[in-house]
This record gives sequence, structure tokens and C-alpha cells, in this order.
Amino acid sequence: MPTKIVVDRITKSFGSDQGALAVVDDISFAVGDGEVVALVGPSGCGKTTLMNIVAGFEKPDSGSIHIDGAPQLKPSKQGILISQHGSVFPWLNVQQNLMFGLNGHACDDKQGLADHYAALVGLQGFESNYPHELSGGMLKRAELARALVVKPEILYMDEPFSALDALMNLRMRNELLRVLAEERHTVLLITHDVEEAIHLADRVLVLSALPARIKASFEVTMAHPRKLSSRYVQDLRVAILRELGVYNEGE
Amino acid sequence: MNKIALAQRLWPALLVAAMLVALWWWLVRATHSVIFPTPWQVLAAMAELARDGTLWEHIGASLLRVGAGFALAVCFAIPLGLWMGWVQGAYITLNPLFQILRPISPIAWIPIAILWFGVGNASPIFLIFISSMFPMIVQTVAGVHTIERRYLRAAENFGVSRYTLFRQVVIPAVLPQIIVGMRIGLGVAWLVVVAAEMIALHSGLGYLIIDSRNAGNRYDLVIAGMIIIGLIGLSLDGMMRLLEGHRLVRWRYAH
Ligand SMILES: Nc1ncnc2c1ncn2[C@@H]1O[C@H](COP(=O)(O)OP(=O)(O)OP(=O)(O)O)[C@@H](O)[C@H]1O
Ligand SMILES: [Mg+2]
Repeated sequence: MPTKIVVDRITKSFGSDQGALAVVDDISFAVGDGEVVALVGPSGCGKTTLMNIVAGFEKPDSGSIHIDGAPQLKPSKQGILISQHGSVFPWLNVQQNLMFGLNGHACDDKQGLADHYAALVGLQGFESNYPHELSGGMLKRAELARALVVKPEILYMDEPFSALDALMNLRMRNELLRVLAEERHTVLLITHDVEEAIHLADRVLVLSALPARIKASFEVTMAHPRKLSSRYVQDLRVAILRELGVYNEGE
Repeated sequence: MNKIALAQRLWPALLVAAMLVALWWWLVRATHSVIFPTPWQVLAAMAELARDGTLWEHIGASLLRVGAGFALAVCFAIPLGLWMGWVQGAYITLNPLFQILRPISPIAWIPIAILWFGVGNASPIFLIFISSMFPMIVQTVAGVHTIERRYLRAAENFGVSRYTLFRQVVIPAVLPQIIVGMRIGLGVAWLVVVAAEMIALHSGLGYLIIDSRNAGNRYDLVIAGMIIIGLIGLSLDGMMRLLEGHRLVRWRYAH
């Protein structure tokens, strides 16, 4: 598997009244082409900051990011970020949102392409709805579809399903897996849900509390479809939770 | 809203209005005032103005000035506000200037308006332009400054052209604020036109009021003019409120 993303020794701190707050501390890792890597870590440990840097929205204080061997200087269509708080434009309807990224594309049937991806995430019939007319889960699916339409090589997903209820969360995971089986994107996924990480990822990186460092790395070797109640998944879950410091032997 | 609900919403306001009119009538009777008219005399004065056609001429003159001055202000203030909001250099250069000009009452501009534009229609149009422009600039700039970063980042991520960025992100995001600015601007314009007509002109509702007083203390006409000004102001604001319900900005008020 060729390497897609190389993160090399990046650090980042934010200035505040009390001096500098170190948020990312010397993080290095690589993501292979078509690989799904999950980042898990305690809340506020710097995951979003790290992802913004990898996606090119923020500059690291030191260190470098390379995508396909070229330095990552600014965000591009090659890697689409699905932000934690959602960024579907509320003033455009679903179809216009999906067609947004196709502006300037030399493509004859933008509408057809948009509708294809709307259908792919189960939004057929809602193309002319505005975001405020959608449920929370539908909004997340619209966001995912908008990213997929432009066929990005990389998807940066920042807690994409964490605001959803358990049932919708599971459905969205399965939908994402279905899409990934078809289109083979490289995925960097932030989550605080260890089970979600094991379900989706080929590799799980565990981050420490602030400032973020890579504490441990777990390969998930189980083939898809993954049975979450299996012994393998449960054992891995315990191991990861133990790294996160939230697992008591007594449980 | 059905008819019953509308009636239920309106009756408290109508009740207060009726009580005020009754109080007014009683006060005029109790003080035996010869100059201050009764509600009935005011109504008769309105009917008289409507019948001989002068009312419509005055309303038309005032609305025309407001329309022209306000339209000019919209064409000027919105592009300028978008530019100032988007380009930091334009903001820091021009904002202090506007902050100094903004607190100057439009009335203070009247002598200059007469000097530059004479006593024709151009003076009040200029005054309306000046006074309704500022709230629209301020609101538009604030609108651009408060566009949430996640939306700008998403647009940046998809690498769209500047044209698309403005047409599909910046302008729709700011539109609700622009409409608020237009509502304020139109309200100010209506205040200013009446004041301008009282000083420098020979037509319009402001002129009607001042002329009625000067030509023999016709306070029935004065109050009739005031009530008409209020009612037209209310309808202008109602029209701007309709814009707030438009499909393009409904997202803003959806929660
Ligand atoms: N622009 C900023 N300026 C100053 N401090 C910031 C900024 N962005 C983030 N921080 C701080 O950096 C730390 C990490 O924030 P970040 O959003 O990366 O956490 P996170 O791991 O994504 O948390 P969560 O899981 O809750 O989303 C926090 O302490 C936050 O207060
Ligand atoms: Mg976060």
C-alpha cells in the first residue's frame, strides 16, 4: 500500500493570557492510500486542531505534512473536511449544496451526479429540502454526500456521527463502509467512540490528554463486515480503553 | 394565520387606540380648546384632503423622494458594505470616517443640501440617501463579519472561484442582515423626508403639516397629516417585514 499522508513531527500551541498552550506535541504518523485511520483521545486533547493542520486549514508551528509526497500548503478538493459542527450551507437546498463543489468542473451532468450521491446516502426525495427541513442524521448524510460528490482522495472526518443517536450512528457507519467499499477513499477519522473506531478503521491511534501525543497504535485486522459482539472486538476495545485510562478491572 | 387568530392578536392594540381617541376627544371637550381639533374634525379634514386630491399629491411626492433616495442608498451601501466587510484594509480605512459621519443628524445636513442641490427634489433625495445609507452599511459589514468560519472553510475546501464564493456563500449568508439594514434604512428615510419637506419644499406630507399650521392654524390638517405619516410608515415597515419571510432568508428564522 503506497503512502498517502505523511505527518512529520508537527507541534502547535495557541497563545492565551496565561502564556502559550501546547496543543499538539510532536506528532508523526503516516496513512496509506485507501487506509482508514481513526484518532481517539480525551475531549479537548487537540484532535480537531491536529486534523485542521493535516487538512491544511491551519499551519503547524513546526513539522510538515506531505500528501502524495508534496507538501500540504493549503486546503484543496483533494481532501474534504467534514467538520465537527457541520458545514452544510443553510441557505442552499440539498441539491444545491451537493452541486456546490462541482462549480467550475468540466462536467455535463452536475445535477445528475448530485442526485446520485443524494440517493447513495438515502436522501432521494429530499433534494429540494433546505437543511432546516432535515433531521440531524439527514444533515450529516447530506454533509457526507457533499464531500463524496467531488470524489476526494481523502476524507477528513471530525466526529461525523457523534451527535446522532445510537441507532442512526450504526446506520451511518454501515453506509460509510458501503461507500468506502465502492470508492476506496483514504480516511482520517476522529471519534471519541472506541467501538466506532474499531468498527470503521484499519488502524486506531490513541492520543494522550493535552497536549496531544500518540500514545499507542492498534491495527484492526478483522475483515469486514465486523461483528461488534465478537471476542476480538471486545478485547481490542478493552485494550484501547485501558490506554485512554478509563477502564477499571472491576467492570 | 386564520381570521380568528388575527382578530385575537389585533384587538388589544385596537382597544388601546380606541381608548386614546376617546381620551383625546374628552380632553378637547373638557378644555374647550378652540384650536386643537376633535378626532371627528381630523377625520373630516382627511376626507376633505382625499376628496380634493391634494392628499394623494402629497403622499406621492413624499413616496417618490423616499423611493429615489432609498434606492440610491441601497445601490451604494450594500456593495460598499460587502467590500468593507470582506476586505480588512477597506474596513480600517473607511470605518472611522463613517463612524464620524453617522451620528450627525440628517437635519444638520439640510443647509448643505440646499446649498448643493437647491430647493427642488434633489435636496431631500440627497438627505434620504445620506441618512439611510449608514444603517445599511453598518448592518452589511456586521453581516459579513459574522459569517461563521466553518462555512467559509467549507467553501475554501471545495476550491470554488471568487465569483461562486460571493454568489453562493457570502451574499446569501449576509442577506438576512442586509434586509434588517434595509428595514432600518427605510424607517430613517421616512423620518427624514418629512423633516426635509417641512423646511425646504412645497409639496409632500411634511409640507402639508407645516403649511397647514402657517396658513391659519389648521390643526385638524396637521394631525391628519401626522396620522397618515404614521400609517404609511407602518405599511413601509410591513413591506420590509414581508422580505424577511422570503424563501432566500427563511433559513435564518427557522429555529
Ligand atoms: N483557535 C484556538 N485558540 C486558542 N485555543 C484553542 C484554539 N482552538 C483550540 N484551542 C484549544 O486547544 C485545545 C484542543 O482543542 P481541540 O478542538 O483540538 O480539541 P478536541 O480534541 O477536538 O476536543 P473535542 O473532542 O472536545 O472536540 C483545547 O484546550 C482548546 O481550548
Ligand atoms: Mg474536536
